[in-house]
Amino acid sequence: MNSTLYKGFENITNEVLVRGIKTAIFVLFKINLNKVKRTIATLRRGEKGIIDKLPIDRIPLKLLEMGCLPGNEVELVQRAPLACPLYLKINGSHIAIRKETAELIEIDLI
Amino acid sequence: MAKQIHVALIGNPNTGKTSLFNALTGLNQQVGNYPGITVEKKQGVCKLNHVTKAIVLDLPGTYSLNASSLDENVAIQVLLNKKDRDHPDVAVVIADVENLKRNLLLYTQIKDLGIPTILCINMADQMKRKGIALDIPYLEKKLRTKIILTSARKKDGIEDLKNTILEYRSLSKESCLDALSFDQEYFANLAKAFPQQSLYKLWLVITQDVNFGKIERPDWKGDTSFSVKSKTELKRLQHKETVKRYHFINGILKEGMQVDLSAATGIRSRLDYILTHHIWGYVIFFVVLLVIFQAIYDWSQYPMDFIDEGFAWLSGFLTSVMPEGPVSGLLTEGILPGLGGIVIFIPQIALLFLFLSVLEETGYMSRVVFLMDRIMRRFGLSGKSVVPLMSGTACAIPAVMATRNIESWKERLITILVVPFTTCSARLPVYLIIISLVIPNQKVLGIIGYQSLTLMALYILGFVTAIGAAWILNTVIKIPSRSLFVIEMPSYKLPMLKNVVITVIEKVKAFVFGAGKIIFAISIILWVLASYGPYDTEELKQTIYAQSQNASPEEQEYAFAAAKLENSYIGHLGKAIQPVVAPLGYDWKVGIAILSSFAAREVFVGTLATIYSVGNDEEETIRNRMAAEVNPILGGPMFNLASGISLLLFYAFAMQCMSTLAIVKKETLSWKWPMLQLLAMTIIAYLAALLAYQLLK
Repeated sequence: MNSTLYKGFENITNEVLVRGIKTAIFVLFKINLNKVKRTIATLRRGEKGIIDKLPIDRIPLKLLEMGCLPGNEVELVQRAPLACPLYLKINGSHIAIRKETAELIEIDLI
Repeated sequence: MAKQIHVALIGNPNTGKTSLFNALTGLNQQVGNYPGITVEKKQGVCKLNHVTKAIVLDLPGTYSLNASSLDENVAIQVLLNKKDRDHPDVAVVIADVENLKRNLLLYTQIKDLGIPTILCINMADQMKRKGIALDIPYLEKKLRTKIILTSARKKDGIEDLKNTILEYRSLSKESCLDALSFDQEYFANLAKAFPQQSLYKLWLVITQDVNFGKIERPDWKGDTSFSVKSKTELKRLQHKETVKRYHFINGILKEGMQVDLSAATGIRSRLDYILTHHIWGYVIFFVVLLVIFQAIYDWSQYPMDFIDEGFAWLSGFLTSVMPEGPVSGLLTEGILPGLGGIVIFIPQIALLFLFLSVLEETGYMSRVVFLMDRIMRRFGLSGKSVVPLMSGTACAIPAVMATRNIESWKERLITILVVPFTTCSARLPVYLIIISLVIPNQKVLGIIGYQSLTLMALYILGFVTAIGAAWILNTVIKIPSRSLFVIEMPSYKLPMLKNVVITVIEKVKAFVFGAGKIIFAISIILWVLASYGPYDTEELKQTIYAQSQNASPEEQEYAFAAAKLENSYIGHLGKAIQPVVAPLGYDWKVGIAILSSFAAREVFVGTLATIYSVGNDEEETIRNRMAAEVNPILGGPMFNLASGISLLLFYAFAMQCMSTLAIVKKETLSWKWPMLQLLAMTIIAYLAALLAYQLLK
């Protein structure tokens, strides 16, 4: 992730930029984004993320076998009423899981 | 000499595996059970050429070889155990184009077993529409196999597949990746200890130990260092294995598969938007249910009336042509009425399974599961309980088996326990006949009949009781459970006529022969018990004729027949239980019918038909005979509103099905649960019937 943004600011990488924005938000709104864990459960409809990490012991093996593994893309297709279960597209597979499971799977937004 | 090749079809659910199986074998298939367990075993014969035929085994759908259910375990057992009768010469892994990545996970595992493996990519006709392009020679090289593109719907590639099966000896048996390289030391030790065994098989045997213990395992020679890894540790390793395989698959698909995303269709997402919508989704589901039930009652009436009349006619015809005697009596008064009682509800069972299999085939059922999960959880059930509860309206036996994919044991147990409350088709003949006797055939507002309203109410009562019982059980049963709910949402498909027809035929066949055997046996026993008794015929005749000297000869004849029945073995038995059933408004004949229907509910109508037809020479339909029956104590018709409602309620709640009890025992591995069902449901039934009769009397 070393893509440059503007001429003259070559040393500013995406990472630095993100850190700057986060700091600004913390100063302005007192929300520490570094502590807010994004999980599949926090996705909004149509939003996508990349799976970051998940607790292997608490995730059904079947879910892993369907492609729910770190590095794979996940998209929220639909949410049932009362936010559970969640209809997801993971790694090309369409699956539904409950909120409790979704809350365990950490993601990075894209 | 004809040669046989054993072929195993294996693949993920929703890949069109069954369609392919049907395309290969047509109606040449048998459905049975694996010995000792209730997993359905589908096998068929396919002619490959004029000398060779293939015995095709359709293994239960599975996402991987790491079994998490009994069905999946069967697949592994067949593939692992070389001595198994069904061990295949060649495995055909079925993948669908859209989910190739996920399907290949299973493929790489099967390949590691050292069985010649063909990769069959199904639904290939949709490749263009979905913007998918495959580099087949590249994939064949990397995956070390032959790839066949098929479309089971259009029958494309089937001949190709048959020819490749014929040539199975030329297929490579080598693995396509080294999936077990994540823990070098562990596996090196394992290989050293069992040099003659395939490493992956050993690994499977070790990991299956976690889930099930049924596979014949190699002799560990007292060395337990390999099997003592902890459950979590093993799961971690399985996870690593999965990652490893996906890594390999992603690598080759990057080269071998091109997907043009712009071609991705919008039909799926548009349908999903409506069908899983938080308002429209439920409205549509409700309409679907309404259509199903309405259709079943309207359409099935005609064939059912036809069958009823047909049996009455046949019975009369046989009486007139056969010489009088025990054989004719047994046939026309015992067996025929009994069989008529079962054949009559073939139309309804067929229609119900028709609808269920169409919903399943189209992929709509998964959307229902998705919609209902949150609501069902309130009652301790899972979204996946909707399917058993719906198929419970056909028969509780397949419904109990359909609970297998519910991950949480507690949710599954509760579903199994409450499923028998739903109105199964065996209750229908009882309901229909009683309703037609006691509920007036009039219409509310000139549209909806009272009779169909009553039927609808009984269905609703069944569902409400099931849900209510689930809610109670949920608070009573203390089993710690974790939510492991995962369900695939398959793409929408048009149902294939052939698949639907085959399913319906299979289910009807299973039903007729399963229930038919019991009913056949019971009607013979009943006839014997009703025709003979500890009395002297001549003596009884004289007594009766002496008592009714002033009556006409016909009335005397009738009184004699009634007295014979009353003094028969069954009469004595009925009298014995009369004190128990009298408060519910039944006489001893109805009591006998209820007692015999503890074997299976549908026996009720057959039993009454048999009892009423013994000593009654007129060929009549069952309904007319019941309508003519007089209450021996109170006078008036036996089946009036009070006793009718009481009977309806009794049948709505009582657990009167030995087959269901047997299957519940098999699925829960204990007699505790079926006994609880039997006791609790029968008590509820008795109390409800008692209350209804005493209030309406």
